[in-house]
Amino acid sequence: MNGPMLVVKDLHKYFGRLEVLKGVSFEVARQEVVVIIGPSGGGKSTLLRCINRLEEPTSGQVYIDGQCITERHAPVCQIRRQVGMVFQLFNLFPHLTALENVTLAPMKVLGMPRGEAEELGRQLLAKVGLAAKVNNLPAQLSGGQQQRVAIARALAMRPKLMLFDEPTSALDPEMIGEVLAVMKDLAREGMTMLVVSHEMGFAREVADRIMFLEHGVILEEGPPEQVFGSPRHERTRSFLSKVL
Amino acid sequence: MSLDWQVVERYFPFLVGGAWLTLRLTVVTTALGTIIGLFAAIARLSRFKIFSWPAAAYVDFFRGTPLLAQIMLIHFGLPQLFGYKPNMVVDAIAALSINCGAYVTEIFRAGIQSIERGQTEAALSLGMTPAQAMRYVILPQAFRRVLPPLGNEFIAMLKDSSMVSIISMEELLFRGMISAGRSFRPFPIWITVSLLYLAMTLPFTRLVSWMEIKLKREHRPEGR
Repeated sequence: MNGPMLVVKDLHKYFGRLEVLKGVSFEVARQEVVVIIGPSGGGKSTLLRCINRLEEPTSGQVYIDGQCITERHAPVCQIRRQVGMVFQLFNLFPHLTALENVTLAPMKVLGMPRGEAEELGRQLLAKVGLAAKVNNLPAQLSGGQQQRVAIARALAMRPKLMLFDEPTSALDPEMIGEVLAVMKDLAREGMTMLVVSHEMGFAREVADRIMFLEHGVILEEGPPEQVFGSPRHERTRSFLSKVL
Repeated sequence: MSLDWQVVERYFPFLVGGAWLTLRLTVVTTALGTIIGLFAAIARLSRFKIFSWPAAAYVDFFRGTPLLAQIMLIHFGLPQLFGYKPNMVVDAIAALSINCGAYVTEIFRAGIQSIERGQTEAALSLGMTPAQAMRYVILPQAFRRVLPPLGNEFIAMLKDSSMVSIISMEELLFRGMISAGRSFRPFPIWITVSLLYLAMTLPFTRLVSWMEIKLKREHRPEGR
């Protein structure tokens, strides 16, 4: 198949009577890196969480590599395996070591033998620069290290698409760089990525496309040079003037 | 009147035999109660009413009625209703386990609910089913957190097992009544019975305190 990796069609999400997403539609092509920016409370995280149905959209469709995940009887668990997710607060499993965090899903979900899973786990932890920390518990790792373990954990399922929900927002400034470096490597290797971030430098450097989301609507999208250089929309301009 | 401590010597082996049954009853019923409680807690937290509703009713009934009444209901009531011959040991174990299970249900429910939502979300995002997320991610963490309250429940069960003396189970309390009756020396006998209970609960109490301290230490992140 050569269609887009992700198609979002007219997505609406209400929390009670509050409409958080007001008809969001977009596509992400294979190997494309899209960064969503916008003010807090604009629906960025909700949008991301609707894509793998951690949040139930009120209406609209999401297709991942052509498979609809929003249908009533969609094989949600199977589709989720193909979509890695990295959370703002890492959400590592605190009772498991770094290596066990990475190997758990391949072993239990894919039925991978322990030896093979551990080999894959060590390889992925080495890739995110944590070869020396395989046997540490999350509580023994810094925030930046924990987030890199979380990225390795998501990659262990060999996802086609990676979702990043403000992956550096909870980090001390000196740790942001190490996480962004790992994400840049991933982008360079051709991973399809949808990233919610306030890291404008990262967005400018890595993104193929920027989407500006405010009040549940995509107000503007385009290549970074255009969105950052000459934003068309008044709201985008005022947002960027505050964060840049 | 002399307290005649020699009766203690005479009845001690008999009372220790009762204590041994108390201990065995406690181990068996808390083990069964833990299993019942685990499944009832999962049912209680289900979003499907056919699971959550009976579990809630079970907890309400067995926490809201006296254990003594439950023992009578199971030993005398049910056999009349269904027309079978009651079995003392089975009924004692059943009543204690089911009662213990109701308390354990609430302990596990609180433990499971204390695990951050993000843990389930991370597990689901990796493609786990809700059952796998529960089994591999939530329960191992919840289990550690509930160890101290679970230990306290076991201590309570050890003491509550004395209630089955009402249906003539020859555990420690029952043998105390026999000994006191036969010897006409209630004080030496009952103080001995009490100390035997204490000898069984005290190590457990200490173990629970030790676990609480250890868990607190584990939850403190290091090197930050």
